[in-house]
Amino acid sequence: MRSWLRQHRLALAAAIRKWRAQRAAALLNALALGVALALPAGGYAVLEALDRLSTRSAIDPQLSVFMRTDAEPEAARQLAARLRGDARIHRVRLITREEALAALRGTSGLADVVAALGSNPLPDTLVLTVAGSSDGVLDQLAEELGRAPGVALAQVDALWARRLAALERVGRLALALLAAILAVGLVAIAFNTIRLQILTQRDEIEVSKLIGATDGFIQRPFLYLGLLQGLSGVLVALALVGAGLTLMNTEIVGLARSYGSEFRLPFFSSGEAVALALIAGGLGWLGAYMSVSRYLREIEPK
Amino acid sequence: MISFSAVSKRFPGGKDALRGVSFAVEDGELLFITGHSGAGKSTLLKLIAAIERPSSGSVLVNGQNVGALKRAAIPYLRRNLGLVFQDQKLLYDRSVYDNVMLPLAFSDHPPREAARRARAALDKVGLLERERANPIQLSGGEQQRLAIARAVVNRPSILLADEPTANLDVDSAGHILDIFVAFNRVGVSVLVATHDLALVERYGTRVLRLAEGRLLGEGGGG
Repeated sequence: MRSWLRQHRLALAAAIRKWRAQRAAALLNALALGVALALPAGGYAVLEALDRLSTRSAIDPQLSVFMRTDAEPEAARQLAARLRGDARIHRVRLITREEALAALRGTSGLADVVAALGSNPLPDTLVLTVAGSSDGVLDQLAEELGRAPGVALAQVDALWARRLAALERVGRLALALLAAILAVGLVAIAFNTIRLQILTQRDEIEVSKLIGATDGFIQRPFLYLGLLQGLSGVLVALALVGAGLTLMNTEIVGLARSYGSEFRLPFFSSGEAVALALIAGGLGWLGAYMSVSRYLREIEPK
Repeated sequence: MISFSAVSKRFPGGKDALRGVSFAVEDGELLFITGHSGAGKSTLLKLIAAIERPSSGSVLVNGQNVGALKRAAIPYLRRNLGLVFQDQKLLYDRSVYDNVMLPLAFSDHPPREAARRARAALDKVGLLERERANPIQLSGGEQQRLAIARAVVNRPSILLADEPTANLDVDSAGHILDIFVAFNRVGVSVLVATHDLALVERYGTRVLRLAEGRLLGEGGGG
């Protein structure tokens, strides 16, 4: 165990030496990797923020069911009771026409208007929150309820939230594709830089192999080097995304405030940053592994 | 112990480096392998270290069929062998001392023990005062001695040397062979491939003569 640890410590030290020996190249590499990582990571940060915005309960997709004004007062109550038993529906709120009128009267400046009305023109209303928010359920319910006795109109609200959610799904798909392409690119970058590093140490590798070094021993420093490169790319990516979000937030804060919202694009949580580091480090490691094992096979005598 | 039975090696392209070679080497033996260049001396040594694999026949080293060794097992075979290469394969990006430390890095000795062994090996070949030099600063004979120090630092039971005296003047060559004889005296089996018959005859030990991949016979003053 102690010797295992020593082997790894030595390999890591060797990797850091190799890395520092070519500081300029390592820096450019970190930049290239950082940019490749910043695109999907930044996109992820923006989409996560939009996701939080579109799933806020205030704009949850809802269904408003307006009863006919000539319907029996009991009709709304009965319908509400029936819908409370429906598994598709999360919550049912009944607003009677009297309550609605009272609310309207309470709204400043409208009391006079209400007084002038004479009779109450408002219908009984059911506001339904649907369990889950799949569009199919919502539309199906709207159609069903539109035909129910005593119902004048069933209307799906928060259409813009649904559109935003749909857009977000498209965005997520595009982001996943981008991330997959860039992940392949990242592996390729690591593969190539490690290959160059291997070629500068061809003699050492050949001699080591000839006098009894295991493939694992030869690979280890290069694997750590790949890992370090991936991690250096993560640092650059975090800096780029952080700077980008800060810049966007200076505009967004003003825009959001005009809607009475405190919305802003949040930076990664520490968990997300660690996940990014694991992914990028892992991809760097993978590129290095592919590169060095390929080279070791090449120099293997037949 | 090393034994070859009916070993042939054909390289891609059809060149036969060895044809039906059989012989055995006892523990603690000093054996010279002679022949013109291209006679198959290098190939023979490479088969022992599993640097090449035989096309037919079997090569046994300490009871192991090295021609059939799995890739992962080969490093452990080589750690028990000391290899002195024809082109030495020294690393010129590091000191004499670090060249000798190389095999100790992966055979996993504690650092202090490794340093002690490296200095002992350098001392045996008379290069202890040059440990900080770069190999490029050494003379041809010194470079060859450094290659030997690196080969013996892991205390192998078998030492294989391919043309260790090529390009050396007679005095240096004699010095190199004396070093091999000294290792042999402490129980190491030593196989030396050389084309220099005159030098070999001074030692009066067993000699294998190769020509065009065939074993011509054994000689020596034994």
